[in-house]
Amino acid sequence: MSNIPDDLTYARSHEWVRALPDGSREMGISDHAQHALGDLVFVELPEVGRALAAGEACAVVESVKAASDVFAPLSGTVLAVNEQLRQEPELINSDPYGAGWLLRFQPGASGVAGELLSAEKYRELVAAEG
Amino acid sequence: MLGVIGAPSIDALFDEIPAQLRIDALSDVPPGLSEMEVMQLMQARARSDGRPLCFIGAGAYEHHIPAAVWALVSRGEFYSAYTPYQAEASQGTLQSIYEYQTMLASLTGMEVCNASMYEGATALAEAVLMAVRSNRRSHSARVLLPQGLHPHYRAVARSMALNQGVSLEELPYDGETGQTAAAVLAPYQGQDITAVVIAQPNFFGVFEDVDALTDQAHALGALVVAVVNPTSLALMRPPGSWGQKGANIAAGDGQPLGCPLSAGGPYFGFLCTRLEHVRQMPGRLVGRTLDLDGRPGFTLTLQAREQHIRRAKATSNICTNQGLLMLAGTIYLALLGPEGLERIASLCMQRTAELAEALCRIPAVRARFTAPGFHEIVLALDRPVAPVLAALDALGIQGGFDLSEHYPELGHALLTCATEMRTSADIDAYARALRVVLAEAP
Amino acid sequence: MPALLREKLIFEYSRPGRGARAQWPAASSAEPAPAVPESLRRRARPLLPQISELDAVRHYTRLSQLNFSIDTHFYPLGSCTMKYNPKACHAAALLPEFASRHPLASAASGQGLLACLFELQEMLKAVSGMRAVALSPLAGAHGEFAGVAMIRAYHRARGQNERNEVIVPQAAHGTNPATASMCGCVAREVPIGPDGDVDLEGLRAAVGPRTAGIMLTNPSTLGIFERRIEEVARIVHGSGGLLYYDGANLNAILGKVRPGDMGFDAIHMNLHKTFSTPHGGGGPGAGAVGVSERLLPFLPVPLVGRDDSQRYRWLTERDLPQSIGRLTCFAGNAGVLLRAYVYMRLLGREGMRRVGEYATLNANYLAARLTQIGFDAAYPRRRASHEFILTLKRQAQTQGITAMDVAKRLLDLGFHAPTTYFPLLISECLLIEPTETESKQTLDAFVAAMAQILREAHEQPELLKGAPHTLPVRRLDDVRAAREPDLVYSSDAA
Repeated sequence: MSNIPDDLTYARSHEWVRALPDGSREMGISDHAQHALGDLVFVELPEVGRALAAGEACAVVESVKAASDVFAPLSGTVLAVNEQLRQEPELINSDPYGAGWLLRFQPGASGVAGELLSAEKYRELVAAEG
Repeated sequence: MLGVIGAPSIDALFDEIPAQLRIDALSDVPPGLSEMEVMQLMQARARSDGRPLCFIGAGAYEHHIPAAVWALVSRGEFYSAYTPYQAEASQGTLQSIYEYQTMLASLTGMEVCNASMYEGATALAEAVLMAVRSNRRSHSARVLLPQGLHPHYRAVARSMALNQGVSLEELPYDGETGQTAAAVLAPYQGQDITAVVIAQPNFFGVFEDVDALTDQAHALGALVVAVVNPTSLALMRPPGSWGQKGANIAAGDGQPLGCPLSAGGPYFGFLCTRLEHVRQMPGRLVGRTLDLDGRPGFTLTLQAREQHIRRAKATSNICTNQGLLMLAGTIYLALLGPEGLERIASLCMQRTAELAEALCRIPAVRARFTAPGFHEIVLALDRPVAPVLAALDALGIQGGFDLSEHYPELGHALLTCATEMRTSADIDAYARALRVVLAEAP
Repeated sequence: MPALLREKLIFEYSRPGRGARAQWPAASSAEPAPAVPESLRRRARPLLPQISELDAVRHYTRLSQLNFSIDTHFYPLGSCTMKYNPKACHAAALLPEFASRHPLASAASGQGLLACLFELQEMLKAVSGMRAVALSPLAGAHGEFAGVAMIRAYHRARGQNERNEVIVPQAAHGTNPATASMCGCVAREVPIGPDGDVDLEGLRAAVGPRTAGIMLTNPSTLGIFERRIEEVARIVHGSGGLLYYDGANLNAILGKVRPGDMGFDAIHMNLHKTFSTPHGGGGPGAGAVGVSERLLPFLPVPLVGRDDSQRYRWLTERDLPQSIGRLTCFAGNAGVLLRAYVYMRLLGREGMRRVGEYATLNANYLAARLTQIGFDAAYPRRRASHEFILTLKRQAQTQGITAMDVAKRLLDLGFHAPTTYFPLLISECLLIEPTETESKQTLDAFVAAMAQILREAHEQPELLKGAPHTLPVRRLDDVRAAREPDLVYSSDAA
């Protein structure tokens, strides 16, 4: 049974979003996603300052058997990326919601929050995928 | 067997195929032959083609291939093995690829090398696409190619770049020296150029000033893609050492290393780069790792970039490579070693110098360019080249490659080459035959 | 095969100054010897082995002994067509006159070789039912590129640049969508129905004014025949798109069905599969392309033509001004093409028909026997083509035994494993293709091995999970290989 913290919101493409106190957002991929990928070997992160468009690929996570796009859950601008992942991509496997965070971004004014799922709805989605 | 399957006949096994699609026989195919009959046919055809004396280079070179190379490559365990997807059952193939990667990376002065592309022209095209992917700071996808690069390489690059939004622009060469002057990059100052291709030697056989070209290209913010002849690398500073920062990607044709001329293929393309670009590199890669018992072993790695995993977003659609030829190249290099490769390369230069000297003694012939070169040279004739080559052909001598179709501005120009296989007697024969041909009315 | 054979790296044999002296021609006697200009001269020698010829021969001979190959093992790799490679094909291609022929030599001096290539074009036209064939693409994927590029060129010539969508079934080989991208197209997936055929409703929804064409394999990558192919052709042609045939599975229907008759406009044939040229540890291949009448003007150059006086010559852009152009420096993998030619002459028209028949017979026999001993076929109600899929989904759920475990244990039992985890559509799958060159005895031995594996799954599952046990290496750490890439040897590394 995969771990799905209640205090986060989720995209259908298995990214999570955390609202930070300063109004920015932090994101990563869910426990379900890291499990499906297997041991991660490489992460390709965007440049700080890059514009994000909701639903477009903004990063790539690579395991031995797959290289998956990570999609921006909201529009915005990249503020910071998790540099530790360059040396230790396995942090995404061991701590997908904590030390395995991918990037932090400033959401755009037109952020469509309605597209994101609550933990409850995401749990249903994961269960349906089987 | 049909009993086990539960079918009345072999034909019944095809019953899911609509009847109107099934054919009764292949009418336009001749009946089968015995092995003896086929070999007699092939030998007769081979005999009728014969073995003319070859002075053509232009991207494919006749070198002596040590007998051990194809004796080993023809072993069924190499010849009839598949791609090493089941690593434990393919350590022979995998280890030989690791050795190949090491040798070519060192030869080109790069950090990594992939497990081969199809040949030189497609390797260059893929290198160009790779440079476009890798150069994050550039968005123009504008790539500069020298006119002094093999015309077929430029044609293939066009065919492959056409549909991917890459624009190719050509850089002129100097009509006196045959070189691509670094100054031709000056007009591009301040423009967004993604990559610059530098050939060494260039198609005319001439040595380029690779350091100046590399530095100028880097000053434009472009990546440098080197196209090199592997035999020449025994003597030449490799692409990794060009300019201040070295070329970023090196590509070329491995044919001179143990691959018979064979009317154009199979050869193998090599593609080498620095570690920082490795994930943008197409093709297979072999890595060394440990097995369950902690013993070293080899396996395909970084496969997530390839077509069978990444599909539409793969670095390339390449699947089959040129594995058997890459093995031939590896064994060739292992047999020659650094000393042998140097001697071959030097001897090629010497033979070409002898050839040039012998032919230029004929009044109708002179060297076209002034800059020094490797093992090919452009000669200017006083009359159209094609009829001269045809006449030489009739005398059993392949005199070279007529440049007038691709380089009309050079007038009557012939690209000719002598490798280590051409003896002084061969060169003599060419010179005598040419005198005879030219003595006939122009 | 020697068990647990270790072989060090070739570099570890090096001794300074050692070399295969018979391969060192005399140094230049010219005074002064022509030299590379000082500033361009290499300073440090490259890392190449300094060894004797005997060391090289021993090393590479021993390496060869670490491999499984068709010459040593039954190799039922689905979709790869691992049939026997007749030695005569190799001998003919290496005849000295062919092997030493320069690609730019005159056509006049190469009529023998050109006759072989022309006749190969003709025979490939006959087996495929296509109007014309070009031989220059160097592999299947290269042929796919040519095919999709021709389709794009066709639409462009008719002013329909907006047609940039290529329809690809869910189960397609990865090269298909990758090729679409390389041609600047977008791949649109259509689903497969429960019986393995393309979902026609899904297809109707996917076609439209932006459709360039569809890429199909038939029999499909699922090992079954696309029964409604004529309807598929009608739907795609009706939308203005064209049909591309991925010839990877041609072995199943050789001499029995022709892709041209199914309505395909462009096809590639993998000569290294159906026409038995060597797989060589990964290549070389040859991906000859065939076209219908409407794509003929766009064929890649060069190809071989014959004039009225039966003289052969190369056809170039001058003859085909709308060609998609040149795809390779020279004319293709001529050495591979000669091997395919000899193979086709050995088989002849009757032999080719037997290929399709016996490839299909062997696959259906193996499928029947394996399902009879307890394996699950992915499409039990369908005829196998030249290959079929078993799924280990049930065993994975009940016993924790995966397709990977079965594959690795087969290696211990002296068989190369089938293709695993392709197509992606079927979970825990084994794609098995025996080919027509295997005897019933070999197939029965394979079934016996699979039966043993089923028993071991019950009684000694650790034998499967830890397999292989008897090969030069155990299972390898892929994750380490990708996280800490060790891609070249360096003498200072451990």
